[in-house]
Amino acid sequence: MALPVFTGQMIAFILISLLVIGSAVAMLFARKVIYMALLIGGVFIGVAGIYILLDADFVGFAQVLIYAGAITILMLFAIMLTNHGSQEQTPVNTHSVMAGLAAGGLLALLYWGFNSVDWTNWQQISPKDPVPPWGDSSVKAVGDAVYNVYAIPFELVSVVLIVALVGAIILARKGEE
Amino acid sequence: MEPTIVRYLLLAAVLFCIGLFGVLWKRNIIIVLVSIELMLNAVNINLVAFSRLGLAPNINGQVFALFAMVIAACEVAVGLAVLIALYRNRNTSDVKDMNLNKW
Repeated sequence: MALPVFTGQMIAFILISLLVIGSAVAMLFARKVIYMALLIGGVFIGVAGIYILLDADFVGFAQVLIYAGAITILMLFAIMLTNHGSQEQTPVNTHSVMAGLAAGGLLALLYWGFNSVDWTNWQQISPKDPVPPWGDSSVKAVGDAVYNVYAIPFELVSVVLIVALVGAIILARKGEE
Repeated sequence: MEPTIVRYLLLAAVLFCIGLFGVLWKRNIIIVLVSIELMLNAVNINLVAFSRLGLAPNINGQVFALFAMVIAACEVAVGLAVLIALYRNRNTSDVKDMNLNKW
């Protein structure tokens, strides 16, 4: 195997990956619930960086707006409304060992899968042409695709969003009694 | 030498497994929801990576990632509403106490 060449993109990828995985692991082992909700913001922002590395600017900014903005704040509201300041103590028992075995087993299976794939076709196109197939404006390309090719799924997904929000309000509303 | 897409796939696999571990292990409902978000993010990384570095690169992967984000937002809204209703009625946010519909 040839030595990896440390281009700027590679270094950025390594740093962002460290941020994402470090935040995720720290999220699992943080002491207080509120710290967990704050650490998940690091994961979301790191994933947005990954999207920008992949020339998907629009998805990256949507990630920052939706996940790092809206969903993290929603989580913080929920924590503050319920059991803020609670210490999350999860016992180490057979259940947690089984959970770890399941997750580790899946990771091992996926790694084995990556190693057993024949990447020769990818190899030929792997030194990518620097310009992505959608040109230099992914915003324009995404808008084009959403409003032409995916117009009906887009409308359906907005209906799903409305139904979910109305259902959430009805669920969280105080009862009549 | 493997192509560059493998590192994105590996990152997504690690993130997915961390999320799976959190879902199976944690007992606070909010943290379970956050872990599900991690898994959805891992899938989104795969979609966007294939949309740029796949065998036939095109924009569709990004559009699917956006749809997945919308569904994730719906899931969080409904999940937190269920959590608030549960907390109001039973004063707990532990998944172990969520046995109202247990058969």
